[in-house]
Amino acid sequence: MTPQTQHTSQPFRLASGGLIDRATAMPFTFDGREYYGHPGDTLASALLANGIHLTGRSFKYHRPRGILYAGPEEPNALVELRTGARREPNTRATVAELYPGLTACSQNRWPSLAFDVMAVNGLAAPIFPAGFYYKTFMWPAAFWEKVYEPLIRRAAGLGRAAREPDPDSYERSHLFCDVLVIGSGAAGLAAARAAARSGARVVLCEQDFRLGGHLLSSRDEIDGKPALGWVAEVEGELAAQSKVRVLRRTTVFGLFDHGVCGAVERVSDHLDEAPPFTVRQRYWKIVARHIVVATGAIERPIVFPQNDRPGIMMASAVRSYVERFAIVPGRRAVVFMVDDSGWSTVEALQRAGASVAAVVDPREEAPERARSIGDAKVLCGATVTGTRGRLRLSGVTIKDRQGREQYIEADLLAMAGGWDPALHLTSHLGSKPKWDESIAAFVPGSLPSHIDVAGAAAGRFGLDAALKDGVRAGSEAAHHAGFASVSLAPPAASALPMHTRCAPSWRAAKLDAKSFVDFQNDVTAADIALAAREGYRSVEHAKRYTTLGMATDQGKSSGVNGLAILADVTGRTIAETGTTTFRPPYTAVAFGAIAGRETGKALRPTRLTPTHQWAAERNAVFVEVGQWLRAQWYPGPGEADWRESVNREVRAVRSTVGVCDVSTLGKIEVMGPDAGRLLDFVYANTVSTLKVGRMRYGLMLREDGHVMDDGTVARIGEDRYFLTTSTAHAEQVLRHLEFCHQVLMPSLDVAIVPVTERWAQLAVAGPRSRELLAKVVDGFDLSTAQFPHLSVAEITICNGIPARIYRVSFSGELGYEVGVPADYGDAFIRLLVREGEPLGLEPYGTEAMTVLRVEKGFPATGELNGQTTARDLGLERLLSTKKDYIGRALQRLPAFNEPDRPVLVSFAPVNASDILRAGSHILDLGAAARIENDLGYMTSAVYSPTFGHHIGLGFLKRGRDRIGERVRAYDPVRNCDVVVEVGPPCRYDSDGGLARA
Amino acid sequence: MRLPCPHCGERGNEEFVFLGSADPVRPADSEAPIEDWIDYVFLRDNPAGANRELWHHTYGCRSWIVVRRDTRTHEILGAEPARSLPPPASTSAAK
Repeated sequence: MTPQTQHTSQPFRLASGGLIDRATAMPFTFDGREYYGHPGDTLASALLANGIHLTGRSFKYHRPRGILYAGPEEPNALVELRTGARREPNTRATVAELYPGLTACSQNRWPSLAFDVMAVNGLAAPIFPAGFYYKTFMWPAAFWEKVYEPLIRRAAGLGRAAREPDPDSYERSHLFCDVLVIGSGAAGLAAARAAARSGARVVLCEQDFRLGGHLLSSRDEIDGKPALGWVAEVEGELAAQSKVRVLRRTTVFGLFDHGVCGAVERVSDHLDEAPPFTVRQRYWKIVARHIVVATGAIERPIVFPQNDRPGIMMASAVRSYVERFAIVPGRRAVVFMVDDSGWSTVEALQRAGASVAAVVDPREEAPERARSIGDAKVLCGATVTGTRGRLRLSGVTIKDRQGREQYIEADLLAMAGGWDPALHLTSHLGSKPKWDESIAAFVPGSLPSHIDVAGAAAGRFGLDAALKDGVRAGSEAAHHAGFASVSLAPPAASALPMHTRCAPSWRAAKLDAKSFVDFQNDVTAADIALAAREGYRSVEHAKRYTTLGMATDQGKSSGVNGLAILADVTGRTIAETGTTTFRPPYTAVAFGAIAGRETGKALRPTRLTPTHQWAAERNAVFVEVGQWLRAQWYPGPGEADWRESVNREVRAVRSTVGVCDVSTLGKIEVMGPDAGRLLDFVYANTVSTLKVGRMRYGLMLREDGHVMDDGTVARIGEDRYFLTTSTAHAEQVLRHLEFCHQVLMPSLDVAIVPVTERWAQLAVAGPRSRELLAKVVDGFDLSTAQFPHLSVAEITICNGIPARIYRVSFSGELGYEVGVPADYGDAFIRLLVREGEPLGLEPYGTEAMTVLRVEKGFPATGELNGQTTARDLGLERLLSTKKDYIGRALQRLPAFNEPDRPVLVSFAPVNASDILRAGSHILDLGAAARIENDLGYMTSAVYSPTFGHHIGLGFLKRGRDRIGERVRAYDPVRNCDVVVEVGPPCRYDSDGGLARA
Repeated sequence: MRLPCPHCGERGNEEFVFLGSADPVRPADSEAPIEDWIDYVFLRDNPAGANRELWHHTYGCRSWIVVRRDTRTHEILGAEPARSLPPPASTSAAK
C-alpha cells in the first residue's frame, strides 16, 4: 500500500457500486482530523465511510449520538460547518454535500466529543423531568434575569453562530408555472413527466442534489430496467423540454395561499465558497396553478430502552448508505422491524458483506421473503429490550417470544418502525392530517383543489402505487391547469409493495426514561407519561411541556411515536389524540436567503433630493428622513461642532437670507370640477373658498378625530389645487385622498396626481429673500402689494424656465418657496447661492429648519404624533362648523373636550444654561415623579441662537392657563431635571408681522 | 396570497395594502348619533366565512378595490373597484 492510498483509505467503503466517484478523493476535516470522501458523498456518508458514527451530543443529557438518517429529517448529526464568518451551526451532516476541504466540528460537547463534561446531566436525568425549567426556575423572581437565564442560556443551545457579518450574497427570484411538483422520487418524476407531456409549464423541485428520492437507495426495477436507468431517462426527457425547469438542491419549505410556494435553492452550499457573481442561496417565490406534493415518507424510529446509541440507525438509512453511498455502516448487524421494508435492509446488508446476526420482529410470523434471508437468525415475536455500548453500539439484548433474554454482540442496529407520509407541506394551509388505521399513519387531510398529493406522501406506499399515483396526479394537474390530458401508461414496477404488512404503531411493552422519542430534545417515553399524569393531556400542551418536536428537526421523526405514547397513557386512540400543527418552514431557512439583497443600506431605496449632489459637494451632513436623505446642516470653516453650524444657519435666516431644499414634502395635485368639494371633505378647514392664486394652511384629521397631517393648499387654477404634506406622511395622505375619493365619494369628478418627485422645491427665507428672488424671476413683481403672504403664481425664472412661486413661511421670516422642474433643481440652487452669497445667504439644513419652526411654535412630527387633536395644538379655529369633513363627528367625544387635556405650549429653562430634552415629562415644582402627577411631556427641544438658550415645545395640562408659571421638565432616563417657564407656543414674532411684510 | 385586481389582473399581495372590512357605511351626517359614528370608525365584525374587504393596489394602479374573501379558507370570491360600487350614503357630505 502506498502512503497515499493508506492516507485516503475509507475502511467502510465498498469496493464497487454506489453513486460516488471513486476516482476523486476529497479531503475533509471533522473535529480537527482529516479524512477522505468522494464526490457524491454527504458529510454523513463520508464519516460513515471512515467508521465514524459518533457525531454529536444530545441537547439535554449530552448523550453520545450518531447518524440516524440519511436525509433532512436527521435529529442527531448536527455539526458546525465551515469556519469564521461562514460558520453555520446545527447543519445536518446528512444533507451537507461534501466538497474538498470541508471543515466540520461537532457541537454541544466540552472538552471533546468522546469526553463531555456535561454528560453528568445524563446521570442526573431523574432530576431533569418534563417541565423541569417550569418547575425549578420559579422563584425568587429576582433570580430569573441574573441567575437562571444566563445559566440556562449557557447550558442550552447547540452550535455557535458566526460572529462576523455573512460575506455571501443571496437573492430572491420569482417563478410562475402551471404545475409544481415537489419531490423527485418515483411519484414526483412520474407526475412531472405526465404534466410536461401535456404541454404545461412544469417546475420540479428536489431538495437533494440528485433526482430519484428513495429510488437512489433501492434495487427496484421499473419497466424491466434498474430504477436508476428510469430516473436518468425521465431526467433527460424533462431536461429536453423548454417549458420544464428542474431545481435541484431546492427545498420547498412552505405552501401559502393561492398557489404561492416558498423554496430555497442552495446554489453554492456544495462548494467551498460561492464562485464570483454567484449567490450562496436563492429564495424562490413560486406561483403555481397546481401543485403535486410528492414528498415521500419518513421512516419512524422504534421506541425501546436505550434506543439512541451511535450505531443505531434507521433501516432505510442503512439501505441508503449501502446502495447509494457504497458504505457498510456496520460489520455485524441486528435488524429490528415492525414493518416489512426492513427485509430490504437485511438483503442490502448481506450484499454489502455485513453479517446480520439477528432479525427481530415482534410480529408472530415472518413473511415468505424471510425464508431466503441467508444465515440471519429470524426471531419472530421477539423484541429488543436494551442496548449496550458507550460511544458506539456494542450489543443488543433481545427477548424472545418465550420471554427469554439473550445478548447479541452487534455494532449496528437498524430500526424499521413504519412510515410516516411527509405531509408537512399539506398542513401549511390549515388542513389537519387524518389518522389512517389501515396503514398506521397520518395522511393528508382535505386540501384546496389546486393541491394534490401523490405516492407515499399520500399514504399510498410502494413503488407501483407511487408510479401510478404520480402519473395520475401529474395528468390531472395539467388538465386542471387547462392542458389536454395525454394518456400515459404508468411504468411497471418490479419491487415488492413496501407495506405487505405493518404492525399498527407498535410500541415496546416496557418503556423507560432512556426510551427516546425525540432524539434532538431528549424527550423520553417517561417524560410524555409524566406530562400526561400532570394533566398535559392535550397534544399541543404535552408538546410544549415536554418540548417534544420543538427542536430544529421539528419532530419529523418523533411526532407519531410521541402521539402514540400519549394516546396509550391517556387511554385514547391516536385518532382521538390528534396531531400538532405543521407550520412553515419545512426545514430551516437562512435569514440571509429571506433577506436576499435587501440588507444594510439596500434594505429599502434611498431617495435623493434634486440638490443632493450640490449639498454633498458642500460637505453637508445628511440625515435619513424615511427613505430620503436630507441635508441636516452644512459645516462651515472653523466650526467646532454641529451646533455652531446650525446657529450660523439660523442667524442667516433671521438676519439676511437662507435657502433650504424642501422637495421631500409630499406634493399632490388635485384637479377636476369637483376638486374643491373633495378637499373640503378631506381638510378640517374650508378649501374651496380659496381664490385662484392664493393658498392656506390646511389641517387633515383622521376619521377618529385626531390630526393626521398638516400642510398647505394652493389654488393654482379654477379646477386645480396643489397640496403639500409633511415628508413623513406623504404616502399615507395620498392613499387617504384616494380612499376618500374612490370609496367615500366616487361620484366626484376629480383626479389625484402625486407629483413629489416632479418638483425641486426650495425654501428661500429671510429679510433679504425678496431681494434675492428678484434677481432670478423673469419680471415678476414680488412686492407685498402684488404678491402678499400666502399667494401662489406660475411664473418663469432665468429667461423662461417654468416655475411656481409660493409666498409661505415655515420660519416666521419673509419667505418663499420656489418650485422648478426637478431636473433644474441642481442648477437652481447653485444660481441662488451664487446670487445670494453677496447678500449674506447661507444654505440651511433640517436642523436649522427645526430650530426656526420651534421658535415660531409650528407643530411638526413630534407634535403631530397621531395622538393629538386640533384643540391640543391650539388649531380649533380651523375646525369648520359649516360642512362635514373627515374627523368631524368624533370631535364630539367627551375625551376630545376634556378641559384637562394637555395643550401645546413652549418651555424655556429658568437657568439659561440648562439643556432641554424632548421626551421629558412635565411635573409641578416639588411634585413627586409619579405618573399621577404627570402634567404632560416635551415633544421638541432645540437650542435657540435667537434667544440664547434652549426652548422646547410640548403639551401641558391646562397649559393656556399656566403661561408664565414654572414647572419641572423631568427626564429620568437621561438624568435631566430642569425648572422651566411655560410660554405660548410662538415665541418669535408672535403677531406674524415679519412673514407678511 | 394572490389578489385579482380588476384593472391589473392577478397580482401578489405584497403590492397591496389592506384596510379592513368594506361593510361599514359612513353615517350620512356628522350630527348622526355618536353611537353610529363609533360603530363606523371603531367596531368591526370578525366573520368566519365570506367577508368584503378593502385593499389598495398601492404598488399597482392605486385603486381601492373590494375583495370578497372567505376568511376560513382564504378563497377569493371576487374583486371589484370600490368606485364602481353603489355610493354609500355619506356622499351627502359633499353637498
